[in-house]
Amino acid sequence: MNSELAQHSQFKDAETGQLHLKILITWPLFLLFRFIEWPMKRLQSLLGLGPMPYVFLLPNLCFFGLFVVLPLFVNFAFSLTGGTNLYLDDRTFTGTEQYAFLLDCGNYADPLSCREDRFWKGLFNTATFITLQLTFLVLFSLITALVLNKKIQARGFFRSVYFFPVLLSPVVVALIWKWILLRDGILNAWLVELGFDKILFFVSPAWAMFWAIFISIWAHMGFYTLIILAGLQAIPPDLYEAAEMDGTKQERIFWRITLPLLWPNLLVVIVLALIKGVQTFDEVYVLTGGGPGTATQFIVQYIYNTGFTNQIQNFGLAAAASVILGVVLFGLTMLQLAATRWKDNG
Amino acid sequence: MVEPASLPARIWQFLTLRRGGKRWHWTDLFTYGYLGLGIFLMFGPVVWLVLSSFKTSAGLLEFPPTWAPLGQVVVAVEGYEKPLPMYRVTMEDGSTKDLAQIRRIGIISQMVDPAEPSTKYKIPIKQREPIREFRMAWENYLDPLERFNFLSYLTNSVIVTTLATLITLLINSMAAFGLSIYEFKGRNAVMLLVIGTLMIPITVILVPVYLVVTELGMVNSLWAVILPGAATPTGVFLLRQYMLTIPKDLIEASRMDKATEWQVYWRVVLPLAMPAVAVLAIFSIMWRWNEFLWPLIVLNRSEVYTLQVGLNAFQGELDVQWHYILAMTVVTLIPVVVVFAFLQKFITTGIASSGMK
Repeated sequence: MNSELAQHSQFKDAETGQLHLKILITWPLFLLFRFIEWPMKRLQSLLGLGPMPYVFLLPNLCFFGLFVVLPLFVNFAFSLTGGTNLYLDDRTFTGTEQYAFLLDCGNYADPLSCREDRFWKGLFNTATFITLQLTFLVLFSLITALVLNKKIQARGFFRSVYFFPVLLSPVVVALIWKWILLRDGILNAWLVELGFDKILFFVSPAWAMFWAIFISIWAHMGFYTLIILAGLQAIPPDLYEAAEMDGTKQERIFWRITLPLLWPNLLVVIVLALIKGVQTFDEVYVLTGGGPGTATQFIVQYIYNTGFTNQIQNFGLAAAASVILGVVLFGLTMLQLAATRWKDNG
Repeated sequence: MVEPASLPARIWQFLTLRRGGKRWHWTDLFTYGYLGLGIFLMFGPVVWLVLSSFKTSAGLLEFPPTWAPLGQVVVAVEGYEKPLPMYRVTMEDGSTKDLAQIRRIGIISQMVDPAEPSTKYKIPIKQREPIREFRMAWENYLDPLERFNFLSYLTNSVIVTTLATLITLLINSMAAFGLSIYEFKGRNAVMLLVIGTLMIPITVILVPVYLVVTELGMVNSLWAVILPGAATPTGVFLLRQYMLTIPKDLIEASRMDKATEWQVYWRVVLPLAMPAVAVLAIFSIMWRWNEFLWPLIVLNRSEVYTLQVGLNAFQGELDVQWHYILAMTVVTLIPVVVVFAFLQKFITTGIASSGMK
């Protein structure tokens, strides 16, 4: 079976390492095949060819229905109920009360004037975070992609240098930086060396937000760099050659050729980063725990805290907040689809 | 090709490389400055983590920190149960002596010469300097195995990652097969469902998924982590796009040879779709190994924690035990680094072409 797979494989020039991986993946699957082959055969002889596509779709749709589609509706039902019970039949119907509670504000520009000020603080924090993070994320990704697209030595190596942090888990990323930023950490040691005072990064709200943004950029930049790089490499080189022949300045080439042709890719990057930014939780939660105070508490942490950590688990409120989050994400996704379509049409 | 040069010459060549062999341009300087800074910023923190993880708990408290893991020399002295730390002491007459410290009272330290343990010295602490040697604190790695649930976190993470990836690959490729090979009623509806939910993150449906998992009696079981994320629309979409490129003739031919549909799927289409399957496998492994929020919600007992959740719980409870936290963090990132080292090309092209993460 394995040799058969290897023959069919499109990696005929693969190094041995890749073949090993394939065997590693295919071997347990081979056992599975033996396990499922017979019942599937019986099923086909029983039903005929017609219903077979449904048979193939069934397992996936079961999981999908149970853990995605059903919850989507149940989530909405949850948001219309109150009480502390998890089971829906024991919950009291409250209508739009949860939404009214969340949206009840004296002045929408001031989170403290709202009845549920933690929700609004979360929204404001997320908005601040996204605005700054997105700007610098796109900027640095673009610069990095431009640099990596030049004729430099060891390009593959440098590409992986910038990409590497993307693979690290959020918890690991947060712990690495927490270790660096501690009161007696290496960064403070350098500050002291340079004649400054130590800074308590996690006590000052501004610094905590700064590092939340910085670390998020550090961890995700490589991913977006790669997308921009793919866009840069799709720009026909003769355009540049023609421009160089005419003696056009580098700066002008960038503004007049590179940027306009790259814009569709940049748009996709912006929307993708936006969608991810709204969902930011893990790194910041491990790094600051939302603190100091609520300075780095984002919307997802609000949902998590409301539904799962407080003394009284307020599932209704958490569901209502996540419906609002879902609506925002849906809007952004539509934006992304439009951007992708625009990109594909040139 | 450039003719082979000696290593220093090549390094010099590399360092002085310029755009198109013309004069130095400010962008060249910027490029290499940026790349240098990149290595420092991207690798530096991880290197610092690994170096620190080999320091003793005392070594970690030192300020300013040293790069290399240095440990204080300790010696066993006759008449004392525990090994004593060694200091280099400047005596009254200006000479230096290597003494072991028995205990410290305020600013006076009681010391003893390991060579003749009978005489004790009282030395002001200002006059002593710890003697240090290069020492890797392997106990940071070994202790958590015995003293905490670290090994079970590790096992749980491996189980979750392996099983979840296998299930994901199986059901997603089956669905992709169904969607790409057949014309059937309702296909468009299913495709719409897949595309429509492509972007629904679990963050939006935390509460009801928790309800479903509770109803199924899976809270505090690893299944609660494995099953909900198994059917990923991203995976179905990626595999389907790839399977669409497989020529229909091949499938017809195997049907002529009396292959059942399952055999067509398993023996013809799946092997041909291996590149896409491999990409999905790598991503599934990454997703599952790194997953945090969902396991945090459904796993509440420490014996079922995955590594990520365990690590987080650890850093909350044992804020002072950084020597353990750092070592465990290093262990957590090892598989990722290994996978990356071997499959770097695969991963980067996979991401660029499919735009997923």
